[in-house]
Order: sequence, then structure tokens, then C-alpha cells
Amino acid sequence: MTEISALFNGFAVVLSPFNMLLMLIGIVLGVIIGVLPGLGGANGVAILLPLTFTMPPTSAIIMLSCIYWGALFGGAITSVLFNIPGEPWSVATTFDGYPMAQQGRAGEALTASFTSSFIGALFAVIMITFLAPLVAKFALKFGPPEFFSVYLLTFCSFIGMGKGSPWKTLVSMLLGFAFAAVGMDNITGRLRLTFGFPELMRGVDFLIAVIGLFGIGEILLSMEEGLSFTGKSAKIDPKIVLQTWKKLPGYWMTSLRSCLIGCWMGITPGGATPASFMSYGVAKKMSKNGDKFGTGQIEGVIAPETAAHAAGTSALLPMLALGIPGSPTAAVLLGGLLIWGLQPGPLLFVEQKDFVWGLIASMYLGNLAGLIIVLTCVPLFAAILRVPFSIIAPVIIVICAIGAYTVHGAMLDVWFMLAFGVIGYVFKKLDYPLAPLVLALVLGDRAEDSFRQSMLISQGDVSVFFSNALVGGITGLALVMLFWPLLSIILKRLRGQ
Amino acid sequence: MNDDKPAGEEAGISTAAMDIIVALVILATGVLVVVDSYRLGASWGDDGPQSGYFPFYIGLLLSVSSLATLAQVAFGEWKRREEFKGAVAGQRDQFVAWSQLKLVLSVLVPATVYVLLVRLFGFYLASALYITLFMVWLGKYSWTKSVATGLGVSVSLFLLFEVWFKVPLFKGEYDLLSWLGY
Repeated sequence: MTEISALFNGFAVVLSPFNMLLMLIGIVLGVIIGVLPGLGGANGVAILLPLTFTMPPTSAIIMLSCIYWGALFGGAITSVLFNIPGEPWSVATTFDGYPMAQQGRAGEALTASFTSSFIGALFAVIMITFLAPLVAKFALKFGPPEFFSVYLLTFCSFIGMGKGSPWKTLVSMLLGFAFAAVGMDNITGRLRLTFGFPELMRGVDFLIAVIGLFGIGEILLSMEEGLSFTGKSAKIDPKIVLQTWKKLPGYWMTSLRSCLIGCWMGITPGGATPASFMSYGVAKKMSKNGDKFGTGQIEGVIAPETAAHAAGTSALLPMLALGIPGSPTAAVLLGGLLIWGLQPGPLLFVEQKDFVWGLIASMYLGNLAGLIIVLTCVPLFAAILRVPFSIIAPVIIVICAIGAYTVHGAMLDVWFMLAFGVIGYVFKKLDYPLAPLVLALVLGDRAEDSFRQSMLISQGDVSVFFSNALVGGITGLALVMLFWPLLSIILKRLRGQ
Repeated sequence: MNDDKPAGEEAGISTAAMDIIVALVILATGVLVVVDSYRLGASWGDDGPQSGYFPFYIGLLLSVSSLATLAQVAFGEWKRREEFKGAVAGQRDQFVAWSQLKLVLSVLVPATVYVLLVRLFGFYLASALYITLFMVWLGKYSWTKSVATGLGVSVSLFLLFEVWFKVPLFKGEYDLLSWLGY
């Protein structure tokens, strides 16, 4: 049980007063970010990343990951009280959460959603504790072809598991790769796609893309609806909390199912949003009261919240063990690792024990602290949403612009941010998924490096990706994922005949 | 573009039209990537794959997928027209209504002007000005409230970045705040 002792070392790292303070600040900032429209987990972390440049990496990641937990909690508040999902993954929570609030059961809905979030996260963290070191140990044997095949699997999963047009997913992903190629070529040192502009040499940083796509894009979308918030007020008193907690164990099957769906969707890059929808759908199908879903069923709150949190947390597993993030937010955290001078990937578990186990320990404590903070401070956070949009919108744009500037200290990045904002707005309305773009932008260079290294090893022979059982298996699975939209049509036809 | 809109619905840009425009822009991007990669060399050099090797195929695939999207949209639109042949107009998806577009631009245009102002006068002055004017024009707030909010945000940002976290922000080409000593 080396994991257990390593975990306790991690707790020792986290339990310093400075780190505890950062944890609390992170959670509170995270909930605020989750409540505000236009600021979400991914871009919130991206904007605050520059503030952590001078901190020790362990403290920095504790604060940033706590912002992420906070944002996950915060999304539920707006969904239940205002029927406005603060985050995409809490859309499914509005289906039953808001009707509950309308019936005066807001406290019950919030308690249920916070508690299920906590349970989902706890389940995922326990899984990370025991699974991540194993995966990392296994991945130490990986060479460039294996890594490229894992990248390939990551990207092909988006196409296979995406909901909309597979072509649009592909376009979004390839755009990410194209943006990643801008700038200096790592291997030959030649300039690519800069068209003679020296300022483009630095390339397009994915943090800028995240801030623009999710921040500015979201503001433009909310503006279109000419927002006016009308919300239910809520106070959670301890009696309601206890009453709800007494009811929750009765829904253990729903919780367990949602945990498993969430973990699966988080590790494969499905992400929290599809996980929450899928879990809601499954719960509706399996529940005795399935036909009453949408009228204020507590199960309809438990299922999506558990899955969203489980997915959001387990997305960190491939990021830690393989250096491949499972969600845009995990990608931003990965970007942080690079900036603090840490090399993400399996070696992290060998060389940076304090860092990895400190992070994992902070997941346990951060989620517990988050649960307590949101249960006690709901009215405070709900009050933020009552600040009119015409004050919040310019302030968020200012914050996004500063966030974009501080990444490299370059004004050009602020213009890029605006451009990405427009792209985000248009893409969202046309159903181009944004997550593949961000992940391709982050992983583009490294996917290319591993591809070129593999090609060097094999002297340009593509069959290197099938040269042994492991790499062949992963590549094969990736190809199945890639052609899944086509395969499923063929299968349907065959069955129809 | 809006000649066959159903009665009672506001005019705007249709989703199909926007889909086609976006696919064309992406196609152009793909071609651009292919051309530049070809210039760098997209084949096998003396020391392995050349700089343009990987991006060349990315650009190629990008062009192909945008063409596929284009075909999909065109096919969908053609089918829709077939179905509603003879009928006055079919229900068509709208990308954005003109009134909505106006609202969106009312945020986007000032934001662009704001970035321009940052370029000239730095973050602190530009932010205070931007927030104040945004509140007065779009939020219909009184000048006192707006000025107070704008200044308040700017001062807190200044304290946060320059004083506490020691992260200097852009001061602009004409730094009017240089007397502060930061």
C-alpha cells in the first residue's frame, strides 16, 4: 500500500497554513467564477494562472485545482436558483433543479446537488489515488509510437463520441492543430505559418484561445438574450440539510451509476458536459419515477451533478499519469505545469512525488472544504448574480483582457483573444465543439513531435503504429473510434434489413 | 438572404448561410496552411520529416473536412427546399436576428475600441473609461455611479497587480499615469 503512505505525505504537504489559505481562496474564487456568466472553470483558471508564476508549483496547483472544484460547485447554484446554467455541465441540473426551487424546495435541491457533487468527486479521487500510479508505471515503458497512438485515441474519441456532425468536430480539432503549428518548429527551428510577421513567432498560446473562446464568446452569447436575471432566493438551514441527507442513501444506485458514467467520460476525453447529460438520461430511463423527471425529482439533480463532478475530477487522471488532459480545464492546468518547469507525463510520479501527492491530497480536502463553504454561503454567492449584467459584462471583458495580456506580456495576444471570442460565439451557435480545438492546440506540438520521432525511428514507415500488440491495439481502437459515426450507420442499416 | 422568412418572425441571418460562410473561411485557412507547408517542404528531408510535413496533412484534412461540411449543409438546404416546393416558405433556422446582432455588436465594438485604448493609454485608464461608458450607455446608469464603479475596479486592479502581486500590466504608448512611479 505504497499509495496510502504517499497520500499521507501528500496530506502533510497540503496541511501547511499557507496552502490551506490558498485552498480556501481558490474555492471561494472558483464558486464566484462558476456563478458569473462568461467566466468558467477553464478560462477562470487560465486568467488566474499568471498570478501563480511566483508561487511554488505545489501551492500553485493546489490553488488552481481548488478554483476548478469551486467552479464545479458554483455552476449548480445558478442552475437551481436562476434556471441559468453557470457552466455547460450544469445544464442538465436545471431540468429538475429549477422546478424544485419553484416549489420552494431550493434548499433541498441545492443540498442534494452539492452533496452529490462531493460524492462524485470523492469517488473519482479515490480512483485516481489507486489507478493513476499504475497507469503512470505502465506508461513509463511507452516510446514515441505508443504516445502518438494515445494522442490519436484521444482525438479520435472526440469524433466517435461527439454528438454533432463528425466533420465539424474534425474541423475544430484540425484548426487547433493548425494554430499550434504557428511559430517556430521545435525540431528544425524554422518559422511556420508566420507569413513574415515576427510577432507571430511566439505562436498562438492556448491560454489566449481558452480565455477568448469561453470568456468573450460566452459574454456575446449572453448579450444576445438581453439578460435579465429573475431568481429564487434560498437559504439553507441545517434542518433541511439533515433531512435531505437522510433521503440521499435511498438513491445509492443512481449515485453509483452516475459515478461510473462520470469517471468513464472523464478519463476518455468526453468531459463533464456529456457525462451529466448521459447520466441524466440513464437515470430517467432506469428510475421508477422516470416519467416525472423534469417536474422536480431529486434524482434528476443527483444524477447529472454526481456525473459532472466525477468526470471533472477524473479528467485529471490522464493529465497526471500520461500528460494528456481529458478536458479543457485539465489542459489549462497542464499548461501551468509546463510554465512552472515541470514535465507532465509518467515521470512526474517518480520525480515530483510531493507535487503529485500534494495535488491528490488537496483534491480530498478541497472538495470537503468546498462542500462546507457552498452549503453555508449560498445566499452570498446568489447575491452576485443579482448584480446587473451591464456592470458585470464590461468588468469580465476587462478581466479577460488583462488575463490574456499577462500570459506573455504581449498586446497582440489581447487582439487574438477578441478574435477567438468571435470564433467562440460563431462556433457555439453553429454546433462546432470547442473542446477538441483547445486540446489540439495544447497537444498539437507534442503530438507532432511524437509523430515525427516515430517516423524517424521507422524511417517513414507508418506500420510502426502497428509494430507490437500494445501500440497496435491502441491505434486500432483509435481507428474504430474515428470511423464510429460511419460504422454505426452501417450497423443500423444491417439491423434494419 | 431573408426574402423567404416566415411571417411574424424577425429577419436575420439564416444558419445555413452562416454555415456556408464559416466553411468557406475554414477552407481558405486550410489551403493557406497547405501552401505555406509546401513552401517549407512537406516531404522527407536528409534528416527526417521536414518542417511542413505534419502541418501539410493537417491543412489538407482541414480543407477536405470543410468541403464535407459544405456539402452537408448544401444537401440539407436542398432537401429543405424540395420539401417546401410550392409552399410559401419553410421554417428555417435562424443564426441570429438583426436585433440580437445589434446587441452583440454593442458589446463587441466597444470591446474593440477598449483594446485600442489600452494600446494607447494602458490598462488602468482604458478600463476605468470603458466600464464607466459601458454603464452609462448600455446600462443607463447615472454618471456618479458609473464613474465610481469604473474607478473602483481600476484602482483594485492596480493594487492587485502592481502593488501586491508585482505583475506589471501594459502602460500604453502614452503613459499618463507615469507620475505614480509604477
